[in-house]
Amino acid sequence: MTSAAVQGVKRLFQKLKRPLLESLLAIIIGLIIGAILMAIFGYDPIAAYSALLIGSLGSFDGICESLANATPLMLTGLTFAIGVKSGYFNVGAEGQAYLGAIGAIMIGSTIHLPYGVHLAIATLFAMLMGALWSLPVSALKAWRGVHEVVSTIMLNWIALFFVRYLIEYHFYEPGRAERAMPVLPTARYQVLGASLTTVIFVALAFMLFAYFLLWRTTLGYELRLTGSNPEAARYIGINSTRVIFLNFFLGGLAAGLAGATQVLGRPPAWTIYKTLGNVMNLGFDGIGAALIGRNHPIGIIFASILLGVLSYGAKFMMYLGVDPDLARAINGAIIIALSLPELYRIIRRLIVGRGAE
Amino acid sequence: MRFPRRLGWFILGIVALIGVLYFLSMIGIEPRDLLETSFMAMTPLILAAVGECLDEKAGVVNVGLEGIFLITAVTGVYWAEVVGNGVGGLIIGGAIIGGIIGLLFGIISTYGKAAQVVAGMGLNVFGLGFVPFLLVALWAFPGIHMFDPSLVIRTIDIPVGGGIFRLSPVTIFAIIVVIVVDIILYHTLLGLRIQAAGEKPEAIDVAGVNVNHIRILASTVCGALTGIGGAFMPLGWFGGLVKEITAGRGFIALAAVVFSGLDPILAAVSSFIFGFSEGLAFTVMITPGVKEVVPHYFIKMIPYIATILALAIVGSKRFPRALSKPYIRE
Repeated sequence: MTSAAVQGVKRLFQKLKRPLLESLLAIIIGLIIGAILMAIFGYDPIAAYSALLIGSLGSFDGICESLANATPLMLTGLTFAIGVKSGYFNVGAEGQAYLGAIGAIMIGSTIHLPYGVHLAIATLFAMLMGALWSLPVSALKAWRGVHEVVSTIMLNWIALFFVRYLIEYHFYEPGRAERAMPVLPTARYQVLGASLTTVIFVALAFMLFAYFLLWRTTLGYELRLTGSNPEAARYIGINSTRVIFLNFFLGGLAAGLAGATQVLGRPPAWTIYKTLGNVMNLGFDGIGAALIGRNHPIGIIFASILLGVLSYGAKFMMYLGVDPDLARAINGAIIIALSLPELYRIIRRLIVGRGAE
Repeated sequence: MRFPRRLGWFILGIVALIGVLYFLSMIGIEPRDLLETSFMAMTPLILAAVGECLDEKAGVVNVGLEGIFLITAVTGVYWAEVVGNGVGGLIIGGAIIGGIIGLLFGIISTYGKAAQVVAGMGLNVFGLGFVPFLLVALWAFPGIHMFDPSLVIRTIDIPVGGGIFRLSPVTIFAIIVVIVVDIILYHTLLGLRIQAAGEKPEAIDVAGVNVNHIRILASTVCGALTGIGGAFMPLGWFGGLVKEITAGRGFIALAAVVFSGLDPILAAVSSFIFGFSEGLAFTVMITPGVKEVVPHYFIKMIPYIATILALAIVGSKRFPRALSKPYIRE
């Protein structure tokens, strides 16, 4: 019994070894590139990275903030991952998250309902708004063959202007026109510490739901088969139009929830600003989370925590004059490193020697 | 064979454009201003789109145009300040830096066997983070940088109908590039090899041509042209630099490429259409009588909606067979 369990763990480790090493390698390369960039412009990379680590992990509040930053990233990462699993390159999480955020405000700040109900309806409505924004992408893909990278990016920009319009003309806070009305106390998730709220459990539950759907249902199998072997999927009669709509719709739900987490579950503002600063770039950072997590819901959870630490901790590099957006550049470098299957082999050959192959 | 048919479409397009301009002038939009902005908006799109056509013909997909635009917009201004003139910035910070990015992208997509769409998207995310960092690192001020107006590339002023039509020399350069790339692609041995690298890489490999070298060359040229486009935005058009300066234009250029089915001249035409839609948005926004009625946010959506509609109309096109597949000799 125990030896079987040990065998099982061993097999799991064997299966995970290479993806784990590849992700680790990419992260290290990303951090090295970040360090080189800092060194070029005369900053002290070691001081900056230690400020990052102490700021994000050195205190209870720091850990809470890092987790709060990770919450939306796992969801936008999931959007991208579901796309990859179904064979599509869905970078629409960005705009869908804007829609989710404004959806949460529409219900959360204008309607009066009892505590639990209000929160649930606001969350679901936000998810639905995100999913609705994905419908044009699916329609254009299924019926006109429009490449999803272009259509999603265009819709991201349209969403930006649309949401700014909604804030400025309909949902602005009286007296503070720079932001939308904060959601009512009945539509706020409970605070756990710093700006971390119970919304993280909703996000984790959605990740598990996605895992279950993708790996334990026929629908999920259809998605994954279409992604891994479109010919075979067509041969056994899987409806590709349905796969397209389902994939982008699920992604939209996740992205909408990501937007909602920044409104219903993010003190102290409980709202979005007209600049959309607090939901901006969540979608793009999510791509990194998805790729580091190997497009697997469980992997994405850990990857997004890592990126949460990176993005929150980067704020502490400001004391050394380093712009915190460097975290995003590091993320980009990690994505590039992960796109290179050869990298792992080259480094392995360098370490182990030529005979290893 | 090809040319007369295209000429017909071209004349039809000009007639349609004059019709549209006439209609717009009826509702109080100045056609000269509109065309001026359209040509400005068209320039970076043409440069990137034509570069990407060349790149994709050779079998490399670079969806990182937006990232190259972002980075070269900043490096262009930086080098313009170092050299002391705008054209210098366009060449060093635009063409050379863009070319280096293209070269690296070419190397990782051939020898590195990269998943090109992922790598390109990584380049975009990198640019998104690197540019604000760079702005602070270079000028110690977040998000925005104003430079000396004397660095702005001087326009050619043509007096038209009681006003002045300002045409940037970079626009003329972009149009020349389109013609040159078209000639190279369809009328030279190099062009034949580029097309073969995308369609049937085995064929030129057997003929003793290095597929990877052809692809890296195409990728470098694509990067350099996109870089000129990126540096043009602050130096030739806006006269200032903000971190969101590119506003998704890299992806609009990508849409122009898809729209054209990799034909440089069609890519230029679609760049003009998208540039025109952007010009329309700019002009409508400042037209009295319109700006009070329609919220400017909706007008700003025009170029993006136009891009989606254009792609929806043309639908899917045929692309080179070996596109985005690293060449592995058997």
